[in-house]
Amino acid sequence: MADHTAAASEGAMGRRTSLVRRPSRRSRFEAGVKALLFAAAAVSVAVTLAIIFSLVKETIAFFGDVSVGDYLFGTKWTPQFAGDQQSFGVIPLVWGTFYLTFIGLVVAVPVGILSGIYLAEFAPRRIRKIVKPVLELLAGVPTIVFGYFALTFFTPEVLRNFLGLGVNQFNALSAGIILGILVVPTIATLVEDAMSAVPQSLREGAAGLGANKVQTAIRVVFPAALSGVVAALVLGASRAVGETVIILIAGGQQANLSLNLYESYQSMAAYIAATARGDIPTGSIEYETIFIVGMTLFVLTLVLNLISIRLVRKYRQVYE
Amino acid sequence: MRKKGLALLAVAGSLAFGVAACGDDDDDGTASGSTTEQSSDGGDISGSIAIDGSSTVAPFAEAAAELFNEEYPDVKITVGTSGTGGGFEKFCAGETDISTASRPIDEEEEVPVCEQGGVKYTEIVVANDGIAVATNKDLAVDCMTVEQLKQLWNKGSKITKLSEIDPSFPDTELSLYGPGTDSGTFDFFTDQINGEEGVSREDYEASEDDNQLVTGVEGDDGGLGYFGFSYYEGAQDQLNLVGVDAGGGCVKPSTETIQDGSYKPLSRPLFVYPKADAVTRPEVKAFLDYTVENAAAIAEAAKIVPLTEEQVGTAKEELATAESGS
Repeated sequence: MADHTAAASEGAMGRRTSLVRRPSRRSRFEAGVKALLFAAAAVSVAVTLAIIFSLVKETIAFFGDVSVGDYLFGTKWTPQFAGDQQSFGVIPLVWGTFYLTFIGLVVAVPVGILSGIYLAEFAPRRIRKIVKPVLELLAGVPTIVFGYFALTFFTPEVLRNFLGLGVNQFNALSAGIILGILVVPTIATLVEDAMSAVPQSLREGAAGLGANKVQTAIRVVFPAALSGVVAALVLGASRAVGETVIILIAGGQQANLSLNLYESYQSMAAYIAATARGDIPTGSIEYETIFIVGMTLFVLTLVLNLISIRLVRKYRQVYE
Repeated sequence: MRKKGLALLAVAGSLAFGVAACGDDDDDGTASGSTTEQSSDGGDISGSIAIDGSSTVAPFAEAAAELFNEEYPDVKITVGTSGTGGGFEKFCAGETDISTASRPIDEEEEVPVCEQGGVKYTEIVVANDGIAVATNKDLAVDCMTVEQLKQLWNKGSKITKLSEIDPSFPDTELSLYGPGTDSGTFDFFTDQINGEEGVSREDYEASEDDNQLVTGVEGDDGGLGYFGFSYYEGAQDQLNLVGVDAGGGCVKPSTETIQDGSYKPLSRPLFVYPKADAVTRPEVKAFLDYTVENAAAIAEAAKIVPLTEEQVGTAKEELATAESGS
């Protein structure tokens, strides 16, 4: 009986006054939303942990058969061969990955930064209206299209026929340049965003001191946006390091430790893709190499991202 | 091992299928004859068939599946290309119904795995294949001996130009292409040329995808590679075919020289291995009957070298015994 009155009065109070905190319909709804949002965020954490777990498991199994030193410092990567021809030195794959990334960045960094500056500071509105969507379109092209573009057009038509270079059918130059083209939109868009975010007052101040437009853009706005630019570069590099399909199709499948731009190379991601295509028995040492290379790639990308966070903090400038 | 497979079939006791198989077999063997008969006794067959194995046999299996589906649209057939070794791996684990192979199943390494997995099977030759050694159009090589091929491809080979083997060969820097190590083509070539299966130089561009090999050889001035003859035929205008001399003079691969085995040592039969358990299923049985019955037409569609009359006869016998389970 007492219960009944208490419940009734609570119900009335809950509606009329906010002094007593009772779970109303609204606050319960909010708690539900909060839980949902938390769950969404937890999914990515859980998946990351699961990935690490699956990699670590096979990594341990792999290092049961191959010594860490042989793997990290070996210069011959022939895991698919048998007997004494088998060798597990990962350096050629790491080298292939970074060499191709480097070639890509040689293309992507100047083109990306310059087009970012142009779009942010110089481009008339009419041109911006055309160039931006085209850049976004380029960013949306599936990488397999880039791969076959490199293999069937860029290598034979541009490099061989037009430039007269004696490149192999599968070569670092073609794959690297097209890799760079893939990264250009990423860098250009981020650089443009970073520069557009620089307060107008800086440009006005520079103009007041008699700087022309180019001086303002290069000496004032660009340095002010440096942290964003650095972030753009590292993000572009990460994209190139993890890129698989272009290298798989146009860069070849030979773990190669050289500098020759005309030869074929294999990157870590391309190795994983080529090897995982269903040819190898589960549990074999070749199967484990997929995971150990994946682990290596994971760690390298993580390090790259940590560096980027560092750099972004270092160069960050805060404006009112 | 074939006997064991048959024993299991006998246990399965698929008497009805045995009778049906005999009926097919007694039929005179023309494609049209078998077609009418099959559609009369099973146009409503449905189900799915999982095929995996050699990338060299894949065009054949795909063509067979396609033609078969024209008559039996309700049977779903998947054709994987894991390579002969990879295919047997899955087959012996019981994951596939039919394994395709460009070499016989390995007595020492693969047969025990299949036995352990309780998978019984029959071996049927369905087509012939040769490995073609081909070069870029600009790399003019007419003929190589087995010994010269071995010098080029053997383990530890440092040959970078063919002129190092024979001064009369071109002086172009080579770029080498070959199948990946899981491929039956690789096993067969290394066995025949280098004398031991799996032994090869490592510094060549390896891919399980023969089309990628063709693309490479076609594109590089010093391109030289080996792959299934059917892939050569598909691109013969862009490639230079190298004859092989096994001691009896230079022989170039062609339908005839591969069929009669005179293209030595790089010609071989291609196999399918149906699982005994699967043959008792009507869709698998119908598919196998169809394939053997129309092997020549399928081979033609797949641009692969067909069986000779004699081989067709043997294939029919193999299939009949497998189906009757005796």
